[in-house]
Amino acid sequence: MSAAFVSGIVVFVLAAFVGLEVISKVPPTLHTPLMSGANAISGITIVGALIAAGIGEGTFAAILGFLAVASATINVVGGFLVTDRMLEMFKKKPGKR
Amino acid sequence: MTNLLILGQADSSEGTWALLLYLGAAVLFILGLKQLSSPRTARRGNTIAAAGMLLAIVVTLVDNDLASWGTIIAGLVTGGVIGGLLALRVKMTAMPELVAAFNGFGGVASALVALAEIDRFEAAFDLETGVVVALSLAIGSITFSGSFVAFGKLNGSLPGKPIQLPGGKALNALLALGAVALSIWAISAEATIAYWLIVAVALVLGVLAVIPIGGADMPVVISLLNSLSGVAAAMAGFVIGNSALIIGGALVGAAGLILTLQMADAMNRTIGNVLFSGFGAVTTGAVDTGDKPFKSATPDDVAIALAYAENVIVVPGYGLAVAQAQHAVRELASILEAKGVNVDYAIHPVAGRMPGHMNVLLAEADVPYDQLLDLDQSNPRFAQTDVALVIGANDVVNPSARDDAGSPIYGMPILEVDHAATVVVIKRSLSPGFAGIDNPLFYMDGTMMLFADGKAAVESVISAMDGV
Repeated sequence: MSAAFVSGIVVFVLAAFVGLEVISKVPPTLHTPLMSGANAISGITIVGALIAAGIGEGTFAAILGFLAVASATINVVGGFLVTDRMLEMFKKKPGKR
Repeated sequence: MTNLLILGQADSSEGTWALLLYLGAAVLFILGLKQLSSPRTARRGNTIAAAGMLLAIVVTLVDNDLASWGTIIAGLVTGGVIGGLLALRVKMTAMPELVAAFNGFGGVASALVALAEIDRFEAAFDLETGVVVALSLAIGSITFSGSFVAFGKLNGSLPGKPIQLPGGKALNALLALGAVALSIWAISAEATIAYWLIVAVALVLGVLAVIPIGGADMPVVISLLNSLSGVAAAMAGFVIGNSALIIGGALVGAAGLILTLQMADAMNRTIGNVLFSGFGAVTTGAVDTGDKPFKSATPDDVAIALAYAENVIVVPGYGLAVAQAQHAVRELASILEAKGVNVDYAIHPVAGRMPGHMNVLLAEADVPYDQLLDLDQSNPRFAQTDVALVIGANDVVNPSARDDAGSPIYGMPILEVDHAATVVVIKRSLSPGFAGIDNPLFYMDGTMMLFADGKAAVESVISAMDGV
């Protein structure tokens, strides 16, 4: 295994523990927005999709690239927008602390 | 073709700043998720995460020598329009199926990234790259087909009931083994066709894995698919050698895993049991509900009970979402609050079809989030509660989960509404819930049954309040 691949595994494992730490404290009230927000973050695969679409040569590569970018963009744009729409609705009782 | 650029192995200064900016994007994801853990800061957290995504996209567009701008722009515009329209138009009650669909798109995007790499390198990968390519394909494809089956079940285009296929488990195990064998073939022979066959097998596996799972188990399934979409993105990150994908994917994988475990816990079941047991399919034996006495109430009876109560707790379930009754419930609560009645809402973790589903619906109807109680907050309160108003919930308030060791749902934590002085159950009929289990709550002395559609029933109670 190359050193770069191993360092990728290191990053993956550490990030997973960060995720477990950060998210285990989310109250049930926010579970739906948490999930749709996390879902939007999984759209980070758009980075790979853009590269695939941008450097691919030939019709077939273009089709794959287009589909990848379009799917990832649906995930990203839709995910963040709908999460914002939900969170806008969460309000505290006026005058109560 | 390992071009992993993680620990500063870039060969140009241009690449180095890109690596740092990708790290910046990942940090914004973490900060965003952290702020999502409190209702006060959650909206800002989502914006921070979105800013991280924008940063990653801009860096990618600038840093790579991209040529096919037509394809890129076409993809961004198509996806942006579709995603935007879906997000802005969806009803809050339909949130679970939308999230399932978005999961599916994320999964297929990761699989497509891997397919593009196969096309570009004609499948000539070293061992480690071959493994992560195969994993991206398999996990991305399972997430895609599984999510769209879940989507179909949630929006009613597929039957929500568990569908048991003959030899289901054995077939799934066989397919999983097949995918492993295909991966070995693909990597050792650098065979493009074998990679494509992994996709085919994984797509079938995703369908077969979700088809046998019933509607009430959807909170677990959606959480798990959410987790898988993150893992698929992380695997794609290994394929293209990008740390932002690895970190972002790992965060989502962890988030989904936590929710999956919490949901399974709230049903007192293991993930394996949810995935493989076809719960509900085994207990469809006729439930004897015919001859036990129960009290049927009129809207006036309910209005009187509520109007003279001091403490009321509303217990919403999936039926509330189906009936779109959240605004009517909020109106009723406002009337009661004007009369000096204290109204709270008790929400079971698996009420609805995704984690937190009920909370979103009630927030939509302007219920302040500090009135939404979870399991641990609400159970001690039922003893001091005059009326527990159960709307469209059944199994999550079934006392046999606590009392009857022979019950299929025994051990599942419930909302103990039977400790309230009076229980009002609004339900279409006496029919047993998803699990096919009779509910002794309905036959208790202190229970009144109001048979109607959730929204119509609440509206009729509101009208009856005028006369109280």
